[in-house]
Amino acid sequence: MATRLPKVDCVLVGFGWTASILAHELTEAGLQVLALERGGFRDTVPDFSTTFIQDELRYAVRNGLFEEPERETLTFRNKTSETALPMRQLGSFRPASGAGGAGVHWNGQHWRFLPTDFLQRSHIEQRYGRKFIPDDMTIQDWGVTYEDLEPHFDAFEYLCGTSGRAGNLGGQKQDGGNPFEAARRRDYPNPPLKRGLAQVKFDEAAKAVGFHPFPCPASNTSRAYKNPLGVEMGACTYCGYCEWFGCGNFSKSSPQTTIFPVLIGKDGFEYRVRCEVTRVDLDASKTHATGVTYVDAQGREFEQPADLVILCAFPTHNVHLLLVSGIGKPYDPQANAGVTGRNYAYQITSSVDVFVDELVNPFMGAGALGQAVDDFNGDNFDHGPENFIGGGYLAAWTTGGRPILQSHVPDGTPTWGSGWKKAMADNYLKSLSIATHGSVMSYRDAYLDLDPTYRDVYGNPLLRLTFDYHDNEIRMSKFLTDKAEMIAKAMKPRAMHAKPRKAPYSIVPYQTTHNTGGAIMGTDPRTSVVNRYLQSWDVPNVFVMGASAFPQNAGYNPTGTVGALTYWAAEAIRKQYLAKPGPLMSKA
Amino acid sequence: MKFAPDRRRVLKAALVPAVGVAPIAFVRDALADAPQPSAPRVYLNEAEFAFVEAAVARLIPNDALGPGAKEAGVAEFIDHQLAGPYGRAETWYMQGPWKKGSDTQGYQLKLTPAALYRSAIADIDAHVHEASQGKAFVDLDAAAQDALLHELEDGKVELAHAPAKTFFKILLQNTTEGFLADPMYHGNRDFIGWKLIGFPGPRYNYVAEIEQHGKRYGQPTVGLLGRDGRRVMKDA
Repeated sequence: MATRLPKVDCVLVGFGWTASILAHELTEAGLQVLALERGGFRDTVPDFSTTFIQDELRYAVRNGLFEEPERETLTFRNKTSETALPMRQLGSFRPASGAGGAGVHWNGQHWRFLPTDFLQRSHIEQRYGRKFIPDDMTIQDWGVTYEDLEPHFDAFEYLCGTSGRAGNLGGQKQDGGNPFEAARRRDYPNPPLKRGLAQVKFDEAAKAVGFHPFPCPASNTSRAYKNPLGVEMGACTYCGYCEWFGCGNFSKSSPQTTIFPVLIGKDGFEYRVRCEVTRVDLDASKTHATGVTYVDAQGREFEQPADLVILCAFPTHNVHLLLVSGIGKPYDPQANAGVTGRNYAYQITSSVDVFVDELVNPFMGAGALGQAVDDFNGDNFDHGPENFIGGGYLAAWTTGGRPILQSHVPDGTPTWGSGWKKAMADNYLKSLSIATHGSVMSYRDAYLDLDPTYRDVYGNPLLRLTFDYHDNEIRMSKFLTDKAEMIAKAMKPRAMHAKPRKAPYSIVPYQTTHNTGGAIMGTDPRTSVVNRYLQSWDVPNVFVMGASAFPQNAGYNPTGTVGALTYWAAEAIRKQYLAKPGPLMSKA
Repeated sequence: MKFAPDRRRVLKAALVPAVGVAPIAFVRDALADAPQPSAPRVYLNEAEFAFVEAAVARLIPNDALGPGAKEAGVAEFIDHQLAGPYGRAETWYMQGPWKKGSDTQGYQLKLTPAALYRSAIADIDAHVHEASQGKAFVDLDAAAQDALLHELEDGKVELAHAPAKTFFKILLQNTTEGFLADPMYHGNRDFIGWKLIGFPGPRYNYVAEIEQHGKRYGQPTVGLLGRDGRRVMKDA
């Protein structure tokens, strides 16, 4: 029997980036806000201390900061005709658990999506014709434009102290920046990071083959910084322990380093950790949420009433909560009807490892230290002759040189024995890798629903993921890998090793934690779960943040766009919803 | 949890990856004296330990380039890992029903890593016993051991409890981990693995060095517990 608790104005499910931003924005608006986090609390001191956190085995290999499949996972299959089986250990992606969410363990690769990304269907139809889009590809426009989001991209970059160089200031191209980026109102808050040899070599080689390299936007601070909330960050020391680790140096942007100091202890804000929300409670009409039910670490169940419920969990968990709570009609791929769980997407990555004569010293790095080209992202090039949709960036990142997971050996190296040992000795210090980071479109047969067999520790059905790479993505990724090989060759390496991505998609090797869709945004309730303000069409006092709103996935890391969407939704809630609670868009 | 009075419980919490991070002071406190390299086994029995030690000595051999996995304490590393949360698959989803699945669906065995080692070592030794007049894996010469390891890797040996490929993959993965993880986990003793490849250990600051392109980094190798590559964390 659940214990009923006193009502709050707003309950946030999760306590990562989106919840932290909303908690700050909505308490500023005078609301009493409660964040419920399934994991524990953690902060820079003591949890991420540099004398402790730089432990590859514990954090990067044994998954120290992520969710535990034992408590909650999903089942997976490539095709509807197969039986989905549980993801028993983390592999292809690594959702976070704990305060700060994935904002603790990301790399800080902080991008804006392109204007055409937000107009995925209408732009492609207009430039290439309706027939260019395969029948089973279910891409759609977001219902929000780059121009709508520009002030919010800016706000999130200034919160984070992002380091970079503008390529387009108010329509004026800028030397040294990304010439393909859309207009920004002002430059990044901090200059680019220092460059290692890998970045210099990539820059020279990319220019030599006619591409347009630029420093990757990094939410690793290139100098000391005070953000608009008055929170101070220290300059990055290039220790090479960003992704999978927390930053002990106050240099990687995270809720802990940018918001917590002004949020924790603020009037009107409360958080509870080790509290897992198991459903959103609806009234009899099913059009109004009364709050949420959660279970604490002792196994006690609570009913937390709230006027406003905002889902801020990892995308797959947002969708799971919607499905188990009965919010939105579940997607049915056979009937091609329903919305919740529709348009799951991912990203497609590949790499070309490059072996050189110079010492690259890969262990000196930062999560977002990279040089990239954007010539083949989005619709920055003519897709007509290529016969695929989408694109991605190519980059030489030096995120670190952690020996277990971040070493490269040439093609043909034995997997063990003296040959492997010699290859490690010869190449660890003298290699770099060019990554391709590509978009994945949405398809009728890529979706999320509830598993009929497997259950989580609370007895709820696990989420079921049905996903595979389609020919469009494989062709696109090969195109990107070929371009990366061109750059690699221009470095005149002693060896190179191209690693193209192949179908079928496997949930085993780590690829990326950029899972998207399932609770997508739009302007038509028949094809979206939330409207352009991330508000549920069916239950207007429920909002759903995060990449679950992406109708398909673009060729960039998602966090910059997730942050911008959160500020966009926060503005709509503050300026429109709170004045007149109810639907912000008409269903008709 | 964080400030539980019982020291041992706190230490255990510090080592369980997904549980909250224990205060560093407690961990430092626990380092006390470094145990000897020949620490007592914690999970594997002597015969199993001998198997693992012999196998890792072939996977990363002692050769012209210097000492290998055996000298680096990789068998001790694996023994301790199997005794801990990893060996117990503590954070894995281990509910049935159990089905084979496709390669893309990942590990679907009911065996924890610790149980997998135990059953696979017994099965492999039974196989060797039958094929080589009563010998065990450790009795084979290096060439015969290599040949058998290749057969396991290629799935050419049928084991009773688990696919040979699956066990080999985990054995090789754990061997690499033990060779290249911080020495505080019992492997990479004296920084043998890190020195081989040129990794200087976890360091805090490369602000000056990162722009000295192509220059060799000159500082001595260091681990999280300092420059003594034999210090280990109790319970690690």
